[in-house]
Amino acid sequence: MADPNKVDPIHQFQITDLVSFGNGGVSFTNSALFMALTVGVIGLYLLLSTQKRSIVPNRTQLVSEMLYEFVAKMVSDSAGKAGMKFFPFVFSLFMFVLVANMFGMIPFFFTVTSHIVITFALALLVFVVVIVYGFIKNGPKFLKLFVPAGVPAYVLPIVVPIEVVSFLSRPISLSVRLFANILAGHITLKVFAGFIVTLGSLGFLGWLGAILPLVMTVAITALEFLVAALQAYVFAVLTSMYINDAIHPSH
Amino acid sequence: MAGLTQNIIVVAQADALQEGQVVAPGEEHATEGAAATDAHGATETHAGTEAHSEVFPPFDPASFGSQLLWLAITFAALYVLMSRVALPRIGSILETRRTRIEGDLKEAERLRQETEKAAAAYEAALAEARKNAHGIAEETRAGIKADIDGRRADVEASLAKVVAEAEARIQTEKEAALKHVSNIAADTAQAVVAKIVGPVTAAEARAAVAAVTKE
Repeated sequence: MADPNKVDPIHQFQITDLVSFGNGGVSFTNSALFMALTVGVIGLYLLLSTQKRSIVPNRTQLVSEMLYEFVAKMVSDSAGKAGMKFFPFVFSLFMFVLVANMFGMIPFFFTVTSHIVITFALALLVFVVVIVYGFIKNGPKFLKLFVPAGVPAYVLPIVVPIEVVSFLSRPISLSVRLFANILAGHITLKVFAGFIVTLGSLGFLGWLGAILPLVMTVAITALEFLVAALQAYVFAVLTSMYINDAIHPSH
Repeated sequence: MAGLTQNIIVVAQADALQEGQVVAPGEEHATEGAAATDAHGATETHAGTEAHSEVFPPFDPASFGSQLLWLAITFAALYVLMSRVALPRIGSILETRRTRIEGDLKEAERLRQETEKAAAAYEAALAEARKNAHGIAEETRAGIKADIDGRRADVEASLAKVVAEAEARIQTEKEAALKHVSNIAADTAQAVVAKIVGPVTAAEARAAVAAVTKE
């Protein structure tokens, strides 16, 4: 980015080593830094804000309580009381994705969730948790998930493969939805912001022309904040629903 | 592009060679292996920063291992922190508040019932006192009335006695007076007769008067 006229919307996703451990070993990258920051901010905020354990909460404590109750309601609405066992898991996912997305909205900050490997790992974790818990809790009855109740037997050869495919595609859809939303949003933002710089270097008419991308950039920034929160919510809601499948496999 | 990459690899290999020279000869083989990987990593990093259109960073498999490792570490830390510390704490805060509010409501309900009971008791006591007061007033009034009646009867009785005595005295006085009247009449008659007819005895006069009075 040394040349302001050369807009490179991909640069922001570059992973660079900050600290390397040994030769060819694991390195602490900017991605790792922001994962650690995400976890640190979540932990510090929740713990510091609830330190006083006030009966009448102040604003910061109220935010923590609202987050707790928001996710708790989401989990119990989708997966019932038995699903509350997974409340810490869903809460961690929600907070991790939400804060990582929000960090991404700060200029020059790396967006952890813009890498498919991260979102896919999280989605795969949900998938594995659902399958493992589903079989532990229901045994072979978990396979009923693929056989919708009340469907006539002669349709089953068609329905069951569809159910299986839709089940197997869950980690892909879950991860790609989050990754693609964040990636596309950030690229769009960067491209429009780049237009401002490029047009601005063309003189007075360029300044006038740069107004449009400037307005667009502001609007997209607002939209991206919405997307950042919404995608965290969608990720958590879908996780709750998948966990519900593990607990109650029959449709 | 291919030329650029080659250049980088050459540079990296040169670096690796220099490193290899520093290390003791016995370990040369192992070091060379490590250096090769290092060079490989360095190549990719260089290629990334200098010519990053080589591979789109989110799809660059070279970064996957490190990202997955750090994701596992950080997310595990987050999960432990949430499930062991943060969420139980917030949950206990909410629970404490809920029980506190319920307790306060129950206490308020209890106090309200107590108040109602007290009010009812007060009403009952008031009614009782009113009844008692009424009874006492009645009793007092009856007592006073009886007292007054008794005294009036006494006074009337004594008055009647006085009146009766007086009447009796009047009667005797009257009788005495009447007796005197006949005597006076006899005397007068005797005197009158003596003046007119001549002397008569007192007995004759008296008999005459008695005869006249009887007529």
